[in-house]
Amino acid sequence: MIHRIWQFGLFIILSLVIVSAFLWAPLAKGLGEYTRILYFHVPAAWITVLAFMIGAVYAVLYLRKRELKYDLIAESASQMGFVFCILATVTGSVWAKVSWGSFWNWDPRETSIFILLLVYAAYFALRSAIEHPDRRAALSAVYAIMAFVTVPFFVFIVPRVYASLHPDPLINPQGKIHMEGKMLATFLTSLGSFTVLFLWMFKRRIDIVTIKLKLAKMEQ
Amino acid sequence: MQLILKAFYIFQKDIRQEFKTRYAINAIVLFAVVTLTAVSFSIGTFAAGDEVLAALLWIILFFSAMSGLAHIFVREEETHTSDTLKLVAPPMSIYLGKYLFNFFLLLLLEFITVPLFFAVMNFSISGVWPFLASLVLGSFGLSAGATMIAAIISKASAKGALFAVLSFPILLPVLIMGINATRIVIREESFAAISGPLQALFAYAVVVVTASLLLFDFVWNE
Repeated sequence: MIHRIWQFGLFIILSLVIVSAFLWAPLAKGLGEYTRILYFHVPAAWITVLAFMIGAVYAVLYLRKRELKYDLIAESASQMGFVFCILATVTGSVWAKVSWGSFWNWDPRETSIFILLLVYAAYFALRSAIEHPDRRAALSAVYAIMAFVTVPFFVFIVPRVYASLHPDPLINPQGKIHMEGKMLATFLTSLGSFTVLFLWMFKRRIDIVTIKLKLAKMEQ
Repeated sequence: MQLILKAFYIFQKDIRQEFKTRYAINAIVLFAVVTLTAVSFSIGTFAAGDEVLAALLWIILFFSAMSGLAHIFVREEETHTSDTLKLVAPPMSIYLGKYLFNFFLLLLLEFITVPLFFAVMNFSISGVWPFLASLVLGSFGLSAGATMIAAIISKASAKGALFAVLSFPILLPVLIMGINATRIVIREESFAAISGPLQALFAYAVVVVTASLLLFDFVWNE
């Protein structure tokens, strides 16, 4: 019952976000309709990073506790992160086409999101190359942590070495958000509700993993 | 102290073993020469600008490294000697020894490839010492990451293809910083001009070595 209420509430809020992103929120000064993609691009990018972090945390947990459950949860987080990473890449690329004139131009931000895609893909490639579950779990956990340690070099160092045309990220050097009230309200609601959507999907994945493990145990 | 000493013994053992078969050295140097030939042959001596050549140099070095650096751990698995190795030395020494060996191998590769590249591609730079510093620091980070990935893939199937796939996203910062530094030294002579990339390369190497030392145990004893 509680589940249903949550689902329904989330459905309403997400619908509101979509409607207000297209109709209610005003445009940024001097920019065209294309800026509205912001309300979907930024949450997708944020969830990509969040899922990546959750994956790394569960990788560490696996290495400490050695329970297969943590490995499967890390895998679920990475799978969902991968989906959102593709969404962020595609929406960003569409925006780049309209704003900068080409779908892909190796702007430092484009590079960093592409690297994240590669990391996820390599992680799945590694997982599919190892048969034994415990070995797969340990090795992919180590790889996830190694990737987690090196990715900040792309996110923080490379965009500062090379000039980027990307609009200020949410946490810019001045620590300010340049947005009007209505825009900000829509943006923050979108960010929040997409995060809740992700967490809800993630919880479902954890449930599935738990049931799968129980089934495997019963079969033995 | 014992740790470092043992790492050095492992390094010595690997050097000796390598010079018996010369498998990795042959693979890595020949790969570099073949790539260099292909590049030089297809674009000609004077066709490419310095900016492009700086990138080409690092790409050649990177993929040559990818062709041989995995051998260090794959060999132990193929000859089934890793169990004995586990008995004689702690994981940290093993990582350090293998890392030292890969670092040495990369320096050797650069010693042969870089002068050849300069000669064949008609490439010239102003700041020789800063350039050498960026090469050494780059190899420092490159071999650290590659050694760790080599340890991971030696336990998986389809080793050769996986090595490049797994290494590329992890090692790309080195490639970007290295290319960046080389582009600067084409015109600038001083160390100050490339202090940014040098610092980033050094920071990268330290971060990766530290993470590898902490994580190697989990890979090695798997």
